[in-house]
Amino acid sequence: MNFETTIGLEVHVELKTNSKIFSPSPVEYGDEPNKNTNVIDWGYPGVLPTTNKGVVKSGIMAALALHAEIERHPHFDRKNYFYPDNPKAYQITQHDTPDAHDGWIEIEVDGKKKKIGIEEMHIEEDAGKNTHGNKFSYVDLNRQGTPLIEIVSKPDIASPDEAYAYLEALRQRLLFTGISDVKMEEGSMRVDVNISIRPYGQKEFGTKVELKNLNSFNYVRKGLAYEEKRQQQVLMSGGKIQQETRRFDETNGTTILMRVKEGADDYRYFPEPDLPSLNISDDWINEIHDELPEMPASRRDRYINKLGLTDYDAMVITQTKQMSDFYDKMIELGADPKMASNYLQVNVNEYLNSKQVDLDDTEITPENLTTMIKLISDGTISSKMAKKVFKAITEGKEPKQFVHDNGMVQLSDPKELQPIIDQILSDNPQSIEDFHNGKDRAIGFLVGQIMKQTRGKANPQVVNKLLMQSINK
Amino acid sequence: MSNRITKEQVEHVASLAKLELSEKQLPYFTDQLSNIMGLFESFEEVDTSDIEPTFNVTDQINTMREDVADNWNEKESLLQNAPDVADDLIRTPTIIDESED
Repeated sequence: MNFETTIGLEVHVELKTNSKIFSPSPVEYGDEPNKNTNVIDWGYPGVLPTTNKGVVKSGIMAALALHAEIERHPHFDRKNYFYPDNPKAYQITQHDTPDAHDGWIEIEVDGKKKKIGIEEMHIEEDAGKNTHGNKFSYVDLNRQGTPLIEIVSKPDIASPDEAYAYLEALRQRLLFTGISDVKMEEGSMRVDVNISIRPYGQKEFGTKVELKNLNSFNYVRKGLAYEEKRQQQVLMSGGKIQQETRRFDETNGTTILMRVKEGADDYRYFPEPDLPSLNISDDWINEIHDELPEMPASRRDRYINKLGLTDYDAMVITQTKQMSDFYDKMIELGADPKMASNYLQVNVNEYLNSKQVDLDDTEITPENLTTMIKLISDGTISSKMAKKVFKAITEGKEPKQFVHDNGMVQLSDPKELQPIIDQILSDNPQSIEDFHNGKDRAIGFLVGQIMKQTRGKANPQVVNKLLMQSINK
Repeated sequence: MSNRITKEQVEHVASLAKLELSEKQLPYFTDQLSNIMGLFESFEEVDTSDIEPTFNVTDQINTMREDVADNWNEKESLLQNAPDVADDLIRTPTIIDESED
């Protein structure tokens, strides 16, 4: 029997607004416990939540980035449940009228492009954070009420590799909107997956199994691959898949049964009475649309077709919005596109990795890096000298000034170089003879002498040209 | 009269609300809830097929707050109201299940 796989992904993305979705409590990651929480967050009697305009705007921005239809008259709903991470005993979400629906993003797996549909996306509040100790659990409510967008995919994803590509594409698009850091390691992006398989030709989907504890894109892919195989083995041996939740075990890459689902959850949703309805106007959507930064796919297209970068270069430069914005600024300042791309990919990335910092936190700017590249392009400094200049840039020095102060200017003027070359030639008659006898290595020796004489400042191209002219006279 | 709602339904709703009803209370609340349901049933006599659903009874639409943070520094009152506290965290009996979002 051969099976086809259907994967559904629910992605929660934490928005980086200043304040919470329904109260003015600050949204800060990593603060001391229970510092950023107030009576509105706890749902105490008499308090009234108010909707954060920035959250609604972020929701519209995400909808635009994911080509989704925006709901014009959304309202909020209460989802009732008891759990220590939320003292209100309900979560405010959008159940009836999700923020947007019917979007899509494009993915590419093994060179094949495919559109993955987005069923719906809605805004809601996050719960607090629980940590578990011996005999007790501990609750920090700083995160409770932080705005989230939940994005639900259509059942279009047919393999663990497609799931991985979908997450990567989704993360990138959201990152470029600037509404979230989308970092799985900090919990600002969280992924729940479900997977079912069915024999080819069967119309109905198979029974869904949910997977939890998938803390990286790689674990999502691994967990799904394991689960796909496990379900095949169960069905092949005549068994049945039951509706259950399984936990991914990072140490051995398997999934372990957590609980079996019995009956549907009963959240008793009802329209949130404390919050006014919203009316999203065309004007507002257009305004947000104009603010939406260019998406990575469009940037890659521009880099490849207009600036002549390779597919690979374009992909690396668009890994983050920071890097891509930085690159665009360099091009605007007149840097050579290929050189700018190389310096970003190699020197800058190397530096960021070694220091474990973000580009924004360094002294490197589009201005100083472009100045350095122009100094290389016009022959003022060699690419070897550029290494020292780059180091100086990272220390906050202005490249032109640094080059001047350290006498690093490359000797390119034939009038200055010719006398030195003549001197070296007259000092080394043996080498000239060797060269005329067909020993090309003699040239290397002579160039070396000239470089030594000029303390490495001679422009190698100019030296080579002049030397060949002189020796062949 | 009391067939609008069953004892089982009342038990289910009570368990969702974390309430325990005694043998005596169960029929008492079943009757009471049935009466309330009866009241709502009388609304059904009105034809609402042409009427837009009302989600909100205020006239406010698009009343939103600008995204400005303001810390009210209410940690102390929060922790005072918590049954048990350890290192500025609310201490609870072990939570086994993972949270729903």
